[in-house]
Amino acid sequence: MLVSALSTEGGRRIDYPVAMPSSVELEFDSPPSNRADQKPSGPPPFESWGRYPSFPAELKHLHWQTDFPRAMDGAHHGALAVGMGRSYGDVCLLKDGMLLETTGMNRLLAFDPVTGLLAAEAGITLAQILDFAVPRGYFLPVSPGTKYVTLGGAIANDIHGKNHHHAGTFGCHVTQFDLVRSDGRRLRCTPELNSDYFSATIGGMGLTGLITWAQIRLKPIVSRVIDYVGTQFHGIDEFLDLTRQSESVEYTVSWVDVTSTGKNFCRGIFMQGDHARTPGPLKPSGKPKLSFPFELPGMALNSVTVGAFNSLFFKKQMKKQVTMQQDYEPFFYPLDKVLHWNRMYGKGGLLQFQYVIPWAHAKEGTIAILQEVARSGLASFLAVLKAFGDVPSPGAMSFPKPGITLALDFPIKHDKSFLLFDKLAEMTREFGGRLYPAKDARMTAAQFRAFYPQWERFAVYKDPALTSGFWERVVGGQSGVRGGGR
Amino acid sequence: MSTELNGEAKAATKNSDSAPKTNPIERPLALRSVREEHPPKAEEHTPQRILVLGATSGIAEACLRLWAARGDSLYLVARSEDRLNVVAADANVRGAALVETAVANLDDLEQHPELLAHAVNALGGLDIAFLALGVLGDQTDAERRVEAATQVLHTNFTAPVSLLTWLANYMSQRHTGTLAVLSSVAGDRGRRSNYVYGSSKAGLTTFVDGLRNRIDRDGVRVMTIKPGPVRTAMTENMKGNAKFADVNDVAAALVKAIDRGTDVVYVPGIWRIIMGVIRAIPESIFKKLNL
Repeated sequence: MLVSALSTEGGRRIDYPVAMPSSVELEFDSPPSNRADQKPSGPPPFESWGRYPSFPAELKHLHWQTDFPRAMDGAHHGALAVGMGRSYGDVCLLKDGMLLETTGMNRLLAFDPVTGLLAAEAGITLAQILDFAVPRGYFLPVSPGTKYVTLGGAIANDIHGKNHHHAGTFGCHVTQFDLVRSDGRRLRCTPELNSDYFSATIGGMGLTGLITWAQIRLKPIVSRVIDYVGTQFHGIDEFLDLTRQSESVEYTVSWVDVTSTGKNFCRGIFMQGDHARTPGPLKPSGKPKLSFPFELPGMALNSVTVGAFNSLFFKKQMKKQVTMQQDYEPFFYPLDKVLHWNRMYGKGGLLQFQYVIPWAHAKEGTIAILQEVARSGLASFLAVLKAFGDVPSPGAMSFPKPGITLALDFPIKHDKSFLLFDKLAEMTREFGGRLYPAKDARMTAAQFRAFYPQWERFAVYKDPALTSGFWERVVGGQSGVRGGGR
Repeated sequence: MSTELNGEAKAATKNSDSAPKTNPIERPLALRSVREEHPPKAEEHTPQRILVLGATSGIAEACLRLWAARGDSLYLVARSEDRLNVVAADANVRGAALVETAVANLDDLEQHPELLAHAVNALGGLDIAFLALGVLGDQTDAERRVEAATQVLHTNFTAPVSLLTWLANYMSQRHTGTLAVLSSVAGDRGRRSNYVYGSSKAGLTTFVDGLRNRIDRDGVRVMTIKPGPVRTAMTENMKGNAKFADVNDVAAALVKAIDRGTDVVYVPGIWRIIMGVIRAIPESIFKKLNL
């Protein structure tokens, strides 16, 4: 089944009507004459979730696996495949380059209801996969904090979730995919076949070629319900105790109040959950109904409002411990209920900061960084704390490693939050940790090379025609060659 | 006898878009809530045998995903084998009772009878034929080269006429079936910016309307479907396409309309009003506009 569905082997070029001429229009508001010389102005065609930085680019849509590489004809400053634009910084941006948006390539290709192996085109979103899989008794092997990411993006950033200590990263559950290079070569990649490209592409930030389709192993569930326990903690030691006690629980994550000091320093709620084992309804999810309608003024989120929010969130859970049954949607994707929640941060956007520090310095590093954040008085809510497990990822450039990870977000303030960010990045390096490219807009070339010393080996597999804002920032400028790679 | 009864039953429910909304199943589209607490149960649906001509077009693909998910049988025809293969795989995975495909260039009219006969035989009959073949063409090219203009007319008008003639004769003999034909709002009035495409769709609209007047009394539903601008591969290079209708919303409305057999469908519904206004503008003024 799979083979017949994917019979475009060997980089065969297929004739297709590339693009409709732009001079044909159906809409009723523009004369046919003044089109040719319209330069893109105003908002960029594609934003990352942090809405910072912001680059002009040419946006094209891929609808078929055979659209690539021809779709990038005429790209003079490199190209980059992008999905839902949910990464925060510039891994999904390319200044003046060509962005190839993949969400039109979203077909299911094969599904085995016994093994849970699902093959789909890379532009399908995890939300679309869940809509298909949950009624059939299957779930994503690894869920990030939003379901609005594409399969290709999940692989390219080797995303992780609340079950990292059990399941590892998303890449651990990828069984095969097709990678198409800009020269038209099509590589079937599995842990055995083209294993070097397999490893480079998982966590490879979309730079090794276009993933046209991928096969992942879903996990069986019998209910939508999550058996949830929320526990208050005060301080990093209580967090570590809870982490140890809950090792057998599949999903664990903590929200931590990073605005409080003194006796409330590092207070938070430790959230754990397992898929219910009692069979329950497996109906598909409804559509989100709320959308954040406009951009809040930049000053709306300040230390007072965020401090109040954090206090409320902590005290909303009145008791030391709460046990309940919860649908998987609010458990995994609480923010997906509000589309465009990033508008809350105003026009300037937001800056994410996520580190992992290995166990050797995890505790002291986390305390030092939390103290620095609290001292700065720069508001951050939704600080997320988690212990990564030791399941290795097949991805060469994968972010997670055993230790503690903390994710913060700040409104962009060029003077203050950038200074703080740069200081935290340097502290992360001193503690032997690293930052997550998918959530970064600031790390320096020197920091990147320290965080990912394997980058030069990775660069060998990079596609010469593909690059990203991130790569240009941390590598491109230094190597002197836009793009680099072979 | 039973087919006649079936035809009468369908005739009784047609024109429902203009009839008073007494049946809760036929609520106006705008009120259809996205938060259906109880989605229609699978067992309430009688599986349909559906032929989709132009199955890799954006609107057709979005429709056939919905048909597949409810367990209908599909016969898919398109020009590109690679595209057809992935569309068919998707329909298969989503739960279509049967997915058969044929690679064909429907511009070749001589193939039509054999192709259609094969489709009907493979499906074991035919409940719905969905005609979604068509090209946008290049208006400026068509203004200069008559071959470019006649190519658009051939694909968008002549080929559907050939297919519909065969299908209408098959269905009217059986006194049942639905012919759902994708035309366009662009056929409602000639405009300077795309009158070649528009005239091909105007011809198609008139043909389909006339065909309905001929065989509706035989129990065959004939539907003229006029989408406004929809965000698909065909329209991706058009200015302002971010504001076009979402193809999945359009497909959901179409699948519902095809179940009912509505005579003339505008999707989204607002285009019925917009085109009413456009048509009402006197030509002496209209010809000076840049539409």
